[in-house]
Amino acid sequence: MISILFNELKKNLKKETTGFDVFNLAVLGNCSTQHLVTAIKGYAYTEQLALTVFDADYNQIEAQALNSASELYSFCPDAVLLYICTERLYEDFCSTDISQREMFARDNFEYIKFCWAQINSRIMTKIIQFSFVEVDDRVFGNYANKTNISFLYQIKKLNYLLMEGCQENKNVYLVDLNHINSIYGRKIVFDCNLYYIAKMPLTTNILPEVAKQVVDVIKAFKGLVKKCVIVDLDNTLWGGVIGDDGLNGIQIGELGLGHAFSELQKWLKELKNRGIILAVCSKNNEITAKEPFTNHPDMILQLQDIAIFVANWDDKATNIMKIQQTLNIGMDSIVFIDDNPFERNLVRSLIPEITIPELPVDPALYLDYLKELNLFETASFSDSDKDRARQYQVEINRTALLNQFGSYDDYLIGLDMVATAKPFDAFQYPRIAQLSQRSNQFNLRTVRYIESEIEKISQDDDYLTIYFTLTDKYGDYGLISVVILKKQNHNTLFIETWLMSCRVLKRGMEEFIVNKIIEIARENGFDHVVGEYLKTPKNSMVAKIYEQMGFASVGDKFIADLKTFKQNKTFIKE
Amino acid sequence: MTREDVFQELNEVFQDVFDDETISVNDSTTSKDIEDWDSLEHINLVVSIEKRFKMKFTMGEITEMKNVGEMVNIILDRMVSK
Repeated sequence: MISILFNELKKNLKKETTGFDVFNLAVLGNCSTQHLVTAIKGYAYTEQLALTVFDADYNQIEAQALNSASELYSFCPDAVLLYICTERLYEDFCSTDISQREMFARDNFEYIKFCWAQINSRIMTKIIQFSFVEVDDRVFGNYANKTNISFLYQIKKLNYLLMEGCQENKNVYLVDLNHINSIYGRKIVFDCNLYYIAKMPLTTNILPEVAKQVVDVIKAFKGLVKKCVIVDLDNTLWGGVIGDDGLNGIQIGELGLGHAFSELQKWLKELKNRGIILAVCSKNNEITAKEPFTNHPDMILQLQDIAIFVANWDDKATNIMKIQQTLNIGMDSIVFIDDNPFERNLVRSLIPEITIPELPVDPALYLDYLKELNLFETASFSDSDKDRARQYQVEINRTALLNQFGSYDDYLIGLDMVATAKPFDAFQYPRIAQLSQRSNQFNLRTVRYIESEIEKISQDDDYLTIYFTLTDKYGDYGLISVVILKKQNHNTLFIETWLMSCRVLKRGMEEFIVNKIIEIARENGFDHVVGEYLKTPKNSMVAKIYEQMGFASVGDKFIADLKTFKQNKTFIKE
Repeated sequence: MTREDVFQELNEVFQDVFDDETISVNDSTTSKDIEDWDSLEHINLVVSIEKRFKMKFTMGEITEMKNVGEMVNIILDRMVSK
């Protein structure tokens, strides 16, 4: 359920709405609707929508709809919300002769259709109809499902007739109150006291959620719909990191955690089939990133489902802006799904218009959470929507993506990053050994160490060791990089190992580490630092790192001359 | 929780519901003393209090409470019986 409380929404009514989009909504109900109206207006405010509401008096549906001179028509609504509550309907049902009850749904449907027609014969306005909450009176017990004279049978049939009816009546849109009831439950949605005393069939606890559904539909009327989902790959579309864990190591498929990712992929594919464009934005080598799509038997999404596939090492805000420009759609019509809070915050701060769900920590909860947000409301659907992904399938000019984004530096400064650099200590041996075993991508020589080897090295005078930690204003990343320096002779220090977690890539950590290596080399009286890159199938991303950091390429080695070496620019403090 | 504690928390609920930080309720406060306290806001107030103190009023109590003092008595009563 959305987290905003009713009392918060109520306070929004006093706030200034200058500059907001405007919308006139009329509300007609056979129950008390004042609090509902408060919630809808208050929620509309959070979506920068200035709602003017005409809230008809209690139980005035016919008086308003059938009279051309009524306040409803002089109000000139953009939409009319019709709320006929189940509880009232049940009272009608009880006073219906048993012989007539099998016609109850049909008769009420005809009455509702009559109201729609009355309204639309006078003004061509959209009509929002609440579906009926399906509650049983337990008079028949479960047998209610088996007899057409039970209330449950008739109320379910009435909802079905409404669905049919609004397909024929193009101006009518259902807001599915019964869905809300089935998700959150009768005990949350309904409170007997409120109904008996105030004729309110909805609690103030559920009103914000109901208001959201109404405003979502109004936003769709205004064309504010989502058209594209950009997804991250590692730990979002599958469990694990393809560059480190490899094709056989990632989690996808029927088993365990993989199942959660499969279900998410199925859902994304359903979105694609209904016309939502899918794009990928991943920090990866393109070949590595595409491998699961082409070679993993359990992948649901295929490359042809993805309109634009961007996998490189640039920051994601830049990549997303390129995707948006290529598709030529509004940033506010894009949803970005990424498991990593850093990436989400980065993109959010540089592109405030984009929608970025704050995913739960547990991947098993991603899908339910995304469904709850109801991001993909629409006011229309046609066959041409289905093929949209293919229409948009375009090859991105990757060189264009290399343009750097001006304010990335400002973003990094704002992160308040602080790193530490320390020689290995016993507490860290297990983590250091584990990182050396696991890191494949940012790993210059891919030397694997076990814990006892790490211990030995850290006590050996021929070695200088450093481990790095990083924190920023969003959290602590812990131990993220390991450097092992070997004294080759009294002049030269050799970088036997440099590995780093890809989570902290491109934030100035590379620069910070190199500066630190040089500083330590100087303190210990060396003249040169020598680095080496040993190619593996997975570490191409660091092939050029030493040159980028100011080392000179000499044969198969990279050399930093400490007399002339210039410090690299970084915004990370120590 | 003492009667004073209940009053303090209850006052916060009143301030939130009526969006007025100057509100200060006592035993004899009634709906006449607070401008926006009509039958509609009474419902919202009752629900907010129920949520805050994790208790429920009966229908009779909701309609018949005469002043804030009675309200506090009911809240304290529910706490003892819990």
